[in-house]
Amino acid sequence: MNHYETVFILTPVLSDVQMKEAVDKFKTVLKSNNAEILNEENWGLRKLAYPIEKKSTGFYQLLEFTAEPEIVNTLETQFRRDERVIRFLTTKMEKYAIEYSEKRRKKTNAPAEDKAVKPVKKAVEASNNE
Amino acid sequence: MAQNQSEIRYLTPQSVDTKKKKYCRFKRSGIKYIDYKDPEFLKKFLNEQGKILPRRLTGTSLKYQRMVAQAIKRARHLALLPYVTDMMK
Repeated sequence: MNHYETVFILTPVLSDVQMKEAVDKFKTVLKSNNAEILNEENWGLRKLAYPIEKKSTGFYQLLEFTAEPEIVNTLETQFRRDERVIRFLTTKMEKYAIEYSEKRRKKTNAPAEDKAVKPVKKAVEASNNE
Repeated sequence: MAQNQSEIRYLTPQSVDTKKKKYCRFKRSGIKYIDYKDPEFLKKFLNEQGKILPRRLTGTSLKYQRMVAQAIKRARHLALLPYVTDMMK
C-alpha cells in the first residue's frame, strides 16, 4: 500500500451539484478498488494561472488516499476519459509529505472550530471598544 | 571643500558594504517538505517572468533547490503558477 495524493481540476461550466457528482464518481472509483480515502479538500472555483481549454477558472479538488500502485493507473484512465476533468496530477507521498499533510489537516480542521469562537470574541472586543 | 569630498565619494562605487551571508532557509528553519499546493510560498523562488531563480541568488542548498524546482513544476502543471508571464509581483 502506498500513500497518494491527487489534485484535479473540473470545468467551471458545471453546477455545484454536477461538480459534487463528478467528485463522488472518482471517490467511488477509488473505493471500489479498495483504496482508503484519508482526506479530501474542495478548494472551490479558482482562477487558473493560464487558460486551459480556453477556460480561465476551474473547480479544484484534492483527494488523499492509500492504495495499491495499480489503482493509480485505473484512476488516471478515468480522468482521461472524463471530459469534465481538464487537468489532474497524482503524486506519491513520502514520509515528510505525509507529516506535512497531517499538520495541514489539523490546521484546516482547527480554524473551522475557531470560526465558531472567533466572531464571538470579535463581537466582545468590538463592544469593549465602544 | 566638503561638497567636493562628498562628490568624490559618490563617484567611486563603494564595495565596503558588508555582505550578508546567504543561507538555506529550509535548513535553517527545518522545513523538510515543500508543498506544491502553496503558490504564494513558491513565488519567493521565481523572478518576475515566472522563471526559477538560481541557487546563487536565493542561497538554497542543492538538495532543497531540487525539491523547490519539482514543486514549482507541479504547481505550473496545475495552473497554480504560470509557465510564462510578465510582472508577476
